[in-house]
Amino acid sequence: MSYRGLLAALGALVTLLFAASLLVGPAALGFTESVVALLTGRGEAVVLVMREIRLPRALLGLMVGAVLGLSGAAMQGFLRNPLAEPGLIGVSSSAALGAVIALQTGIAAAFTLALPLAALAGAALSVLLILGLAGPRGGALALILAGIAISALAGAGVALVLNLSPNPFAAMEIVFWMMGSLADRSMVHVALAAPFMLLGTLMLLTLGRGLDALTLGEDAAEAMGVRLGRLRLVLIFGTALSVGAAVAVAGTVGFVGLVVPHVLRPLVGARPSRLLPAAALGGAAMLLAADIAVRVIAPDRDLKLGVLTALVGSPFFLHLIWRMRRLEA
Amino acid sequence: MMLALSNLTVRRGDCPVVDRVTLTVGPGEFVGLIGPNGAGKTTLLRAALGFLAHEGESSLARLTPRERARAVAFLPQAREIAWPVDVETLVALGRAPHLGRAMGVEDRAAVERALQRMGLEGYRARVATALSGGEQARVLIARALAQETPLLLADEPVAGLDPESQIRAMQVFQDLAAEGRAVVASIHDLGLAARHCTRLVLLARGQVVADGPPAAVLTAENMAAVFGVRVFYAETPEGPVVQPLGVTR
Amino acid sequence: MANPGGRFLRGCVRGSDPLGAGLRTVALCASVAGSALLPARAQADAPARVVSINLCTDQLAMMLAAPGQLVSVSALAVEPQSSSMVEEARGIPQNYGQAEQVFLLRPDLVLAGAFTARATVDLLRRLGVTVVELPPADSLDDVAAHLRLVGAAMGREAEAERLVARYEADLARLRVSAEPAPAAMYYPNGYTTGAGTLADEILRHTGFSNVAVAAGLAGGGILPLERLVMAEPEMVVTSLPYPGASRSEEILVHPALQAVRERAGSAEVTDADWICGTPHVLRAVAGMGEARRGLDAMQLSQAAP
Repeated sequence: MSYRGLLAALGALVTLLFAASLLVGPAALGFTESVVALLTGRGEAVVLVMREIRLPRALLGLMVGAVLGLSGAAMQGFLRNPLAEPGLIGVSSSAALGAVIALQTGIAAAFTLALPLAALAGAALSVLLILGLAGPRGGALALILAGIAISALAGAGVALVLNLSPNPFAAMEIVFWMMGSLADRSMVHVALAAPFMLLGTLMLLTLGRGLDALTLGEDAAEAMGVRLGRLRLVLIFGTALSVGAAVAVAGTVGFVGLVVPHVLRPLVGARPSRLLPAAALGGAAMLLAADIAVRVIAPDRDLKLGVLTALVGSPFFLHLIWRMRRLEA
Repeated sequence: MMLALSNLTVRRGDCPVVDRVTLTVGPGEFVGLIGPNGAGKTTLLRAALGFLAHEGESSLARLTPRERARAVAFLPQAREIAWPVDVETLVALGRAPHLGRAMGVEDRAAVERALQRMGLEGYRARVATALSGGEQARVLIARALAQETPLLLADEPVAGLDPESQIRAMQVFQDLAAEGRAVVASIHDLGLAARHCTRLVLLARGQVVADGPPAAVLTAENMAAVFGVRVFYAETPEGPVVQPLGVTR
Repeated sequence: MANPGGRFLRGCVRGSDPLGAGLRTVALCASVAGSALLPARAQADAPARVVSINLCTDQLAMMLAAPGQLVSVSALAVEPQSSSMVEEARGIPQNYGQAEQVFLLRPDLVLAGAFTARATVDLLRRLGVTVVELPPADSLDDVAAHLRLVGAAMGREAEAERLVARYEADLARLRVSAEPAPAAMYYPNGYTTGAGTLADEILRHTGFSNVAVAAGLAGGGILPLERLVMAEPEMVVTSLPYPGASRSEEILVHPALQAVRERAGSAEVTDADWICGTPHVLRAVAGMGEARRGLDAMQLSQAAP
């Protein structure tokens, strides 16, 4: 399949899943009724359901999935390591810590943008830490160990903050921040997160050529005119913007950034630049599919997204480690 | 002038790793950078490119990244190929500094020339990471060639290659020089260096100890003092022959 | 509930109790199952030191206890968000419901909730402490039953009867007879209460029908927001938010729910008056009756011009 063909196919898949996401829900609405309500605004309650409940959910599924796939592909390209994934290396949990702190200190209530900004700060800090502890020369082991340490620390921070909250529900939400969910999100959340995610996405998409050149290592890339310092900054902020905003509204959903690039890499000839847009589309498809699945499997229970992505993702992760172990042996 | 270094110094802590190196390389030269392990060959090349903080001057370090990428191609010692891309794609990466929005006709032609020079026409669809070490080295040289810069800096480009590949690669560098370009390559194999380079620069503890035609650099005194070896040197109808024979200390 | 008597049996103390408590328990079961009332016991038999480790038993005990009889209530009793008797509870030492702490209070009787603190209750019983467990109240009638049950356990039957009489009179007075208007109870995480719950009965008592029941929900459970929207309730009842932030409560400010609220009436209620089967539910009943009349007024004013 040609590259354009692949993108077109992924685009079609995303469109299909987006439509399916709009049509799946606990309220059994008729197909025509839903579509008419969504497009024309006729039919009071149905319009509310379609426009205020299902549309934001589908939009967030699309955006969160896209940024997770994209940032996974970008980080892997930069670190030249297929295990680099925002969820696995602690970027998402650090963003969650930032978000939880903003919520529980009341800053987010006083100043709406504080929520995504705090999550962004958490994410940026962890990316800096990761690059410092396990930079491109650090290898897979250093990356995973640094990731485990950062995840554990951020996870403990999230649990601590939520447990200390005066709100009795907060402590029960540790699982949301660890596993992620799109249930009952609204257009408010879309509006809050979308600008950040969009900016982050645009930043990450500019990295293609630099990441291609990095295939040959840093010195070769630099000699080919890549400004490594700038590339690193764009990567850090692009990832922090997109993952931070995604986590602030949807919690941490792991493995999307691992599975999607892994599956798509052979289909794009392993070129990091081509992988970026493909992984964004693939991530959107995976998250939309997962979010449809949680609603079909347990319509009334708010099964967490991360549960499904981990079920799909962990075997890939094990497979990758197995393969890398063989290569290193 | 393609490369001009003046008093280039790189320090690690207080110790100079490259010590007041002054050097100019002009068109038509194939300079072999020789010296024992730790003499500062790699550091010299990287500092000349402006990758390292340094004192003194390097003509390349003054350029913007894009200008530099059109002036010089660099072949690092670590032969890194991070992703399983095909050979043609990998070689085409060398066109990055020249690209507009996409690969043009001239870019494709440059890739083609590079593949031909390195005898890789039959490999274009092969996955680079699945090739043997020697084949990967050739592919990476082709990538640097595709950059089609006046100057090529190569850090141990022929280490680990079989004799045929070594000789072919050295001939390619010789050809480039003959075409009016310039090549600076660090080389451990004194025999290859003597036979193919137009000029050798002998480096010891960061300093240039000798600089000149191979016969003038590969003297018994220099070899003993810098490498600690006795060397057999003879001019033959096939060119100079150099063979280290034994250690002197 | 098909078999209230059987259900209440769970509240009974069994086996290893000292003789007096065992006897009392047997009698208790009979009384709450709806048969003959317990004959008035001598005050001397009454437990002198009562400890309550459950929010609902806290409140019943505070209403029923003789001065000095109740030596400790749970820490929740002074939490305004959950307790209706914060003022009364302030004067009584609080416990955190752990067996060790409770045991050291040397109680003659421990009052506990039936579905909480299982391990604590088991441990206390092994230590020979009499424990009476109170099931959650599922109906307005349970309030009277619970008053009697706790009253009997504490040896305060007369006080219990007095409170029951007043409760039943007030309850009857607060009944709203009107065409049932569909109402939705909505709590954090989309939780609601369906058939067979106290909240459902409060709604029915005050001229509402519960959309969760129409949606087929029995007991407590999640009603997805979009099903709530599709049910088009005329009244949305939500709880007041707790301090601090939680994602669970965000659903209560969801734009879709706000839109439903704008069309319908809405009431914000304090959890405290709804959680426990005590006479304080009358405040909830009164509030909902108020809301029901407000709804009629709203419709009238809409119809008038």
